[in-house]
Amino acid sequence: MAQLALASDRTPRRSGLAGNVLPVLVFIVFAALPLFAAFQAEAYVLGLVTRVMIFAIAALSLDLLVGYGALVSFGHAAFVGLGAYAVGILSAHGVHDALISLPVALGVSALFAWATGIVCLRTKGVYFIMITLAFGQMVFFIATSLAPYGGDDGLTIRMRSTLAGFPIFNNDRSLYYICLACLLGAYLLCRALIGSRFGRVYRGARENALRMGTIGFEVYRFQLVMYVIAGMLAGLAGFLLGNATDFVSPAYMAWQRSGDLLIMVILGGMGTLHGAIVGSAAFLLTEEWLSGLTEHWKVIFGPLLVLVAVFARGGLIGVGTRLRGLLGG
Amino acid sequence: MSLTLLIVQTLNGLQLGVLLFLIAAGLTLVFGVMDFINLAHGVQYMLGAYLAVMFYGLTGNFLFALVLALGAALLFGLVLEFAVFRHLYDRDHVDQVIATFGIIIFLNQGVKLLWGASPLSLPMPEALSGSIVLMPGILYPVWRLVIIASGLAVALILYLLVGHTRVGMLVRAGATNAPMVSALGVNIRRLFMIVFGFGTMLAGFAGIMIAPILSVEPGMGDTILILAFVVIVIGGIGSIRGAFLAALIIGLVDTLGRSFAVDILRLFMAPSPARTVGPAIASMLIYLLMAVVLYLRPAGLFPAKGRA
Repeated sequence: MAQLALASDRTPRRSGLAGNVLPVLVFIVFAALPLFAAFQAEAYVLGLVTRVMIFAIAALSLDLLVGYGALVSFGHAAFVGLGAYAVGILSAHGVHDALISLPVALGVSALFAWATGIVCLRTKGVYFIMITLAFGQMVFFIATSLAPYGGDDGLTIRMRSTLAGFPIFNNDRSLYYICLACLLGAYLLCRALIGSRFGRVYRGARENALRMGTIGFEVYRFQLVMYVIAGMLAGLAGFLLGNATDFVSPAYMAWQRSGDLLIMVILGGMGTLHGAIVGSAAFLLTEEWLSGLTEHWKVIFGPLLVLVAVFARGGLIGVGTRLRGLLGG
Repeated sequence: MSLTLLIVQTLNGLQLGVLLFLIAAGLTLVFGVMDFINLAHGVQYMLGAYLAVMFYGLTGNFLFALVLALGAALLFGLVLEFAVFRHLYDRDHVDQVIATFGIIIFLNQGVKLLWGASPLSLPMPEALSGSIVLMPGILYPVWRLVIIASGLAVALILYLLVGHTRVGMLVRAGATNAPMVSALGVNIRRLFMIVFGFGTMLAGFAGIMIAPILSVEPGMGDTILILAFVVIVIGGIGSIRGAFLAALIIGLVDTLGRSFAVDILRLFMAPSPARTVGPAIASMLIYLLMAVVLYLRPAGLFPAKGRA
């Protein structure tokens, strides 16, 4: 709990200039990368970083729940899967336009978040972890039984989305910038949410739900709205993921994927928003690097996670802050 | 839906329930006493199975393999406790989730490295490998009955240990209020270690017992882990009695659901959609059950006293 309280002091609004340098830097790197990637294996680099940005959106939305609300969701990958399946299933029926499939992806995620949130938010702590896991598993099993859409094997998306008829998702580079724009939009939205009055009540509920209730806020409603927003953002990530991989399968919503998302948030530093972006980059790039080294890369990756959990309190961002503190003071 | 099938599947459900109880008992104790989320409990079950296969290869005797594998599983659990877990007891749940998730990734790959990715099998003892006639027309494998019996025996031992010994009293007290127990002069760290080692051994035992009828393969602990979590959450965290009842309920609901969902759906559905929807509903049934239980009783069926 002490750690959670610490995280709350690092809200974007209060940290001033120093808190803004890193996020700005991150987005500059993302924006400039395709210019340098042109000299390398472009398709590979763009594909990898596109993946990083898509998962960053999902991790960002999870940080809203875990980092600011102490709502540790272990079923967040379900929303990503719902978004991806919305694209895949509509595409299988000949509906390719994002003007239709994106609202459907967001709508389905929102509906699922609302319906499950009503049940999940009644519980606290460990029980919340387990019940979100349960709902995640339910969606997973529904997806495996969708025989007309590939069932276990998944569904190939033959045609990527178009926007009002323009095939803007087809080009790797334009897909890259679409993902970047979505990530930037999601990040700014989250910051605005957390800084708003709504966000302050929501954060207050994490510190002391009883007290917030006594002041006169119906905490549950605030949490439910945030849960729906986080679900929709993850649905957006799923929409992009379906388009980036041309494929969707139940594996996208396996509980291990929800675990991956949690690791990204914690690896970067929860309750910081840009930590989620740094975390997903660190997670996916390390995975990519290690898997290039050896087939048995997981033997190295597992212990790395243990080390992070034991030693890196506050994640990479936290380590960075402490290093700066040591050097500066 | 014949009566024979119903009886056989009920026994299968009991067997799954007993197996789940063996795993969930350790998990709920570790969870209840130390407030520690151990996702790595599932891979310890897997490790038990692998160790048994290895020792069987060395000794050629099931009983030796069982004893040696139990010892090795206990030892390995204590090493893990010493190296990793004890640094995380007073941490946030998310840190524990990450660390134990890392251990899962490591061990799943580790057994692949040591024993290869293809499934292994453990031959069951000759004397217990047949089937017996339960009733006229109903044959049932002896080994599954052995699993049920040994699980019930463990449940009885646990009941006596936890309910009627001094260590058990401390464990119950620890589950209710660990800092207070510590303040009264009990070495809570040592208690944690005993509980943890015991839980690990039970998970390993489950893995060894199930190895003759399942294939031993990497990742076999992942599915059972999730089921065990469902069990302890439904039963109420920290409650052995809750874990026992919930394990039997889950085992029966899951097994019977899988065998009869299609038949039941066909009563009011066309056969072809029933065949599609049936398996999905059967897989979801226990999660649905968990959601309903938590909606009605947010702390499970038998919450340990003193815990919210």
